[in-house]
Amino acid sequence: MVERAPVLDGICHAILLVGVAFVCVPLYLAFVAGSLTIAEVQQVPLPWLPGDQFVQNLRTAWTQANFGRLFFNSFVVAAGITVGKIAVSLLSAFAITYFRFRFRMTAFWLIFVSLMLPIEVRISPTYESVANAALPLQWVVEALHLSSAWNAVTGHTVDIQLQWNMVDTYPGLILPLIASASATFLFRQFFLTVPDELCEASRLDGASPMQFFWSILLPLSRSNIAALAIILFLYGWNQYLWPLLFTTDKDMATAVIGLKHLIPRADSQPAWNVAMSAALLTMLPPIVVVVALQRSFVKGLMDSSK
Amino acid sequence: MAAAAIEAGLKRAHFKDVRLPVLLLLPQLAILLFFFFIPSFRALGQAFFLSDPFGNTVHFVGFDNFAQLLQSATYHESVQVTVVFTLLQNLLTIAVALVLAFASDRVIRGRGIYKAIILLPYAIAPVIAGILWAFLFNPAVGPLAQVLHAIGLAWDPNRVGSDAMILVILAASWKHVCYDYIFLLAGLLAVPSSLLEAAAVDGAGPLRRFFTIGLPLLMPTMFFLAVMNFVYGFFEIFAIVDAVTQGGPAGATNVLVFKVYVDGFINLDLGSSAAQSVILMIFALLMTLLQFRYVERRVSYDV
Repeated sequence: MVERAPVLDGICHAILLVGVAFVCVPLYLAFVAGSLTIAEVQQVPLPWLPGDQFVQNLRTAWTQANFGRLFFNSFVVAAGITVGKIAVSLLSAFAITYFRFRFRMTAFWLIFVSLMLPIEVRISPTYESVANAALPLQWVVEALHLSSAWNAVTGHTVDIQLQWNMVDTYPGLILPLIASASATFLFRQFFLTVPDELCEASRLDGASPMQFFWSILLPLSRSNIAALAIILFLYGWNQYLWPLLFTTDKDMATAVIGLKHLIPRADSQPAWNVAMSAALLTMLPPIVVVVALQRSFVKGLMDSSK
Repeated sequence: MAAAAIEAGLKRAHFKDVRLPVLLLLPQLAILLFFFFIPSFRALGQAFFLSDPFGNTVHFVGFDNFAQLLQSATYHESVQVTVVFTLLQNLLTIAVALVLAFASDRVIRGRGIYKAIILLPYAIAPVIAGILWAFLFNPAVGPLAQVLHAIGLAWDPNRVGSDAMILVILAASWKHVCYDYIFLLAGLLAVPSSLLEAAAVDGAGPLRRFFTIGLPLLMPTMFFLAVMNFVYGFFEIFAIVDAVTQGGPAGATNVLVFKVYVDGFINLDLGSSAAQSVILMIFALLMTLLQFRYVERRVSYDV
């Protein structure tokens, strides 16, 4: 920047090329493996050039893992998490920054606390909540001894069982992953930088709060929303633990989970060619998103981890 | 209007409506209640109870689950494995990312392309990173394992614990270097050029400037990244371990978050699994608090 240092610059290019190789070589070798027959993929050493079986392997993977269905599920889940989280976060961020009401700080702290625990540490109780979302109501019933009260009054025994099972449903896959407030805080930070004059002006013009939200605040937030949407799409598409636990029905699994079942195990045929082509296929949608929207992606990455 | 009347985090120009904000908050609070608060409190509760796998009999055991956990050899082993994994993974990703960020800061031509490629693994799911590396280092067919065999190493992550650990660390780092890299590069690009020019005038070369100006200014970022890496290493590693080693061989990669899952969902030892969850929760809480401290402090470095 300040002086010329051709040697150092050369070294820097070399370092970056090594970095690029570190990223690309595994992807290239996966592509090579994905384009061979099962006999060729077991050769020692592995050929350096791709074969001609890539499409064939993709077709095998596609039918074997039922990827048509699983990709659809992944898109639904990723889109659901993206849209759902952004929608609820925008609304609640609007509420806690633009309204004065009792319990404002309580709401703020309730949302704040949820930043602290990732879903991985509460998987089994979350599973129970989703298996029966009516469980809390059930506790209320039990705590109030409604059954025994009924019994005492009428002499009949009524066992109240409340059930609301969300296992193997899209809401069950999506909602627990929306339950954290990082996006709310991002929007809150952004709203706090929006000039007060805009709100005052729209109030003078007689606009209702929701009119202000729709026609002023939302358009201003567009670039933040776009950046966050990319990060949330990647997050949703790449989810692993929750869909793994939670989908007992094979048709409700996501692409990433379908891929897991293609990994050759010790006692199965080592079909690495099929597994590798499927791995490339599964990583394609998020990579397309990142490559196409590089600039917003970096912004989203920096914003969302603050 | 007095300044004291302005509440924290409330716009000066605001609305006084009461019902509307409650309605606006309702969707998020309902989701949080059902899928965050209730499960979290349930985990806390379960940690103090002992129940049979079918949930028929439950009785209060106080801290017994924790006491048993702390005496269990496999838990100690799991803690050890997790600590080794997170420390090595942290060192490796930050070191590689720092070198790459330094190089990207120097070069002007081609920076955009280098950056675009190095960032790619962020888009790739941890489990896919795991599968790629499991193939590359598969002792029977993996091309990189063949290279190791050719130079006389008996590489076999299916049998040798340390090999499995190396494999998991490599896969996790491959996926995560880009994250540290982009933050460190942003930090280096934000170093005021007046400082760098002044140092250059005083005769400090590029490396000297990096070590005396760039690196100290990056310290808060590095601290933040270390915290984020620990969180990544503790939780997101699950997918890689499950896909690649299943915790083996002989528990060599049985990290804490994988053990919670195995004990809770496979061995159906709910009390112990919940106690482990609670310990992880405490860790996650500490990490988040550290992160927020950083965010507060960051302000003074931003100038």
